[in-house]
This record gives sequence, structure tokens and C-alpha cells, in this order.
Amino acid sequence: MHQPGDLDVTRRGVLMGTAATIALTAGSFPVPAEAAIGDAAPQQTLTPVTSTVSFTVNGRDHDLTLDTRTTLLDALREQLHVTGPKKGCDHGQCGACTVLVDGRRINSCLSLAVMHQGDSITTIEGLGMPDRMHPMQAAFVKHDGYQCGYCTPGQICSAVAVLKEIEAGIPSHVSADLMAAPKLTADELRERMSGNICRCGAYSNIVDAITEVAGREA
Amino acid sequence: MKPFSYERAGSPAEAAAAAVRTPGAKFIAGGTNLLDLMKLEIETPVHLIDVNGLSLDKVEPTPDGALRIGALVRNTDLAADERVRRDYGVLSRALLAGASGQLRNKATTAGNLLQRTRCPYFYDTAQPCNKRRPGSGCAAIGGFSRQLAVIGGSEACIATHPSDMAVAMRVLDAAVETVRPDGAARSIPIAEFHRLPGDTPHIETVLEPGELITAVTLPRPVGGTHIYHKVRDRASYAFALVAVAAVVQPDGSGRVALGGVAHKPWRVEAAEAEMPKGAKAVTAQLLAGAKPTPENAFKLPLVERTLGSVLAEAKG
Repeated sequence: MHQPGDLDVTRRGVLMGTAATIALTAGSFPVPAEAAIGDAAPQQTLTPVTSTVSFTVNGRDHDLTLDTRTTLLDALREQLHVTGPKKGCDHGQCGACTVLVDGRRINSCLSLAVMHQGDSITTIEGLGMPDRMHPMQAAFVKHDGYQCGYCTPGQICSAVAVLKEIEAGIPSHVSADLMAAPKLTADELRERMSGNICRCGAYSNIVDAITEVAGREA
Repeated sequence: MKPFSYERAGSPAEAAAAAVRTPGAKFIAGGTNLLDLMKLEIETPVHLIDVNGLSLDKVEPTPDGALRIGALVRNTDLAADERVRRDYGVLSRALLAGASGQLRNKATTAGNLLQRTRCPYFYDTAQPCNKRRPGSGCAAIGGFSRQLAVIGGSEACIATHPSDMAVAMRVLDAAVETVRPDGAARSIPIAEFHRLPGDTPHIETVLEPGELITAVTLPRPVGGTHIYHKVRDRASYAFALVAVAAVVQPDGSGRVALGGVAHKPWRVEAAEAEMPKGAKAVTAQLLAGAKPTPENAFKLPLVERTLGSVLAEAKG
């Protein structure tokens, strides 16, 4: 696993280095930045604007200066080199970028990094690593809940949150009774996981993996 | 995405004042629709006013028995609120029928009301669209219109409003509370909040420049059986072809509103007098004057059949 600043010469390392260089170049334009805050009417400009934000990722504090346009997903991947969250559609339709923010799952591609001041962000890396896997990761491996693996980090982050949402009594579209505790059925899991697309079609094995972690027989 | 400056608003009135002070500014809350459109440069704000810190995230009863929903209450939290599940089930059901778990965790009550159409020609910047570029024309008329409006449209626009939540709020007679840039507050009945397209489809609500939604208030519970049926091309995570929100009383009277058929949640109160007579009679009045395209004429019988299933379910 790469850590920030730990760029050995791999294809990913070279690509990251390139992205970091571009980001630095963009950041060196003269910018109205903080000065715009509270001032009268910023003009339509093609000049990038930077802002600062601090949040924790997988328990580590980060202070970042970013182009305001940077999504949380791009900040994680390109600035912090946390590459577990994946960029699929970049429009909130596929779920590959799913991360947990203060314990709630969101699409990190549809959220600006500067809007996460003080937040605690957990990515797949924060759930577990190969030498100490989260039970949901272990269950995906056991049940073969993937083929190519690209959607898997988002699927697992989403699955962990789904079990918490059921435990918290949050109903779903398929819950028969809004006033009863939601049940842990395959129908419930399919509905609740519908924001995570798997183009390899590992859905039935994903349901099996989540069901096992939830403590029920598939 | 075009560059923009960014500020965090300190109070609702300050946010509204900042928005008129800065031409081309927009509020951002959940951001799930706005950022999507900014990436495509359909929305190009020069300045974003982040309203997430405004403490408008509570669901609270009012002294007269109504329920006041803060503008920033997330769709997940609103659907799960015990009072909403118990007394306004149609609203919980509508929220849970929309989007995905991840999106509902971010999307807000006010943002849901203000979301833009998913008309494919609005999204395709190579096509004319009077909503995206006023005066450029409408490629949807005569184009692929299967998803689009069957009633209330105009020569300029046949887009639909995509919200499920707003349809339930329409059937519940909600009121939208706002603050204006001068600090004055007002309450707008949901029936008057969204506009029909007419010849200005780019103006979608009656909000004035800078006006900020602070809450949505649901009147006292009306009882009855609450049902939301959404018909779509897949079982989950898709916009409605047709949606029916209904509150049906034991004597067969009730209320009904439609989603997926018009530029706003569609309700015709006069049609509700027909509810004891059944779906055919209600639909005839509800959709009187409909002008479907050959591609979406199927929505008319679909409304009647969906309403029929809703009324059958209400009888139990």
C-alpha cells in the first residue's frame, strides 16, 4: 500500500506524480482565494480558486489546500494517494467511490472536498488491510463477491453501512411495515445496495457475503 | 467544471444577502444534483454559498400540531423520522423510492425540491434546450420523449420534475418556508411553489433571486391510508415513469397527486371528488387536457392502472 509521499516507480506512482504536478501548476495561478469570501461580486473568471480544508482520513489528520472544484474522491486519490475509492461514472450513479463520512455512506465523487471541514472519512483502507481484514472484506473473499474487483471497495463500504442502517431501524423501499424493525432479507439487501453497480454481475455472491456478516444463513 | 469561489454562510439571512450580492452565486447543500450538473457545465456558478452549517437540520413539531422539517434534513433522516413514518407515511415511502442509499444520505429536503429535470436534452449540451439555454428551442419535442411530460407542458418545454418527495408533499399540502435577502420570511404553499414551463421553462419555482428555503411544514396529520406507488424501468434506483401518491380515508374519499407526468407535482383537487367512483373517473379529470407524445401516450393508461392498484390496496 502506498502512503502519501511514498512514490516508488510503478505505473500508478508515475501517474500519481503526474497528477500531483498538474495540481501544483494549477495551484500556482494567482487566485482571489480567501479574499473572495465576504467581498462583493467575484467576476466570472477562468482562474482556479483555492481554499483550505482539514479532515481525517482513516484516523489520520490532513490539512489541504485545494482547488475549490476538487471532489472528495479526487482529494483522496490524487492528493492523499488513498486509491481504494474508485472513480467509475463520476456522477453518483455507480457507487464505486463510496466512502463513509462520520459513519454514513456517500458518493465521494458528488461532494466537494472543501465541504468536509472537520469530518472523519473512512475508506476501504480504513476498514481493513490484507493482513487484518474487516469481516465484510473476508466475507467478500470467501463468497467470491467480485470478479474484476473495481467496484468492490465501494460495495464493501456500502455493505458495512447498510448493516448499520438496518440496525438503526432505517426503513427501505421494500420494507413492508414502516413502523416495524427492518428485516435482514435478501430483498432488503438488494434494494439497499442498488446504488452500487457491479458490471461483472457478482450480485448474488455479494448478497451471500453480506448475509453471512449479518449473522444469518444465505 | 468552471472555477468558483466558496464561502460558508453564517446565517440564513446572511446566505440570502450574499446570494444577491454575488451575481452567478448559488447555494450548495447536499450537492448531489448541483455538482453533477457543474461537472457537465450545465450549471456554472461563479460562487458557491455552503449552507450546511446553518442548523436547519431538525424535524420539530409546531405548537399547532404541524411538523416543521428543516431545509437541511437529509432524505434518509426524514424518511426514518418516527413521526413521518407514523403520520405522513406517503412521504417516507416517496423518499425511499428515490435515488440510492448514498444519495439519500446527502440529499436535503430543500435541495430535493429544487432539483433539475432529467430530460435527456437538458443534459445534452450539444442540443437546444429552452431550460438550459433560454430561446434555443426544445429538442425533446419530436425527440425521444418516453420519460417526458404528458400534461401541463408548453411549446417551449415538456420536461418533468424528477422528485418523488415533492409529490408526497403536494398531496400533504406542505408549505415551503423561506427567507429573502432583506431578511423577511414567507411561506409558500407547495401547490404554488413549482411553475409550469410556459415560455420561461428556465424559471422553475416562484423563489426570488437570493431567496433561501429554511423549512418545509406539513400540516396536522390527516389520517387515512398512505400509499406511494412508483412505476419505473427497473425495480430500484430509477426515475419514475409514473408515480401516484395517495391518502385514502376509510370512506373512500381522499387525495391523489402524480409524479413523472408534468413539470411539477400534478394534483387536481376537483378530481378527488371522484375517488369513491374509482380510478377511471379520477384519472379522467386528473389528466383532462393531457397532450402526450406518441412515445409517452402509454402514461395515460398507466396512471389509471397505477391509481387502480393504489385504491385496491387502500381497501385492503
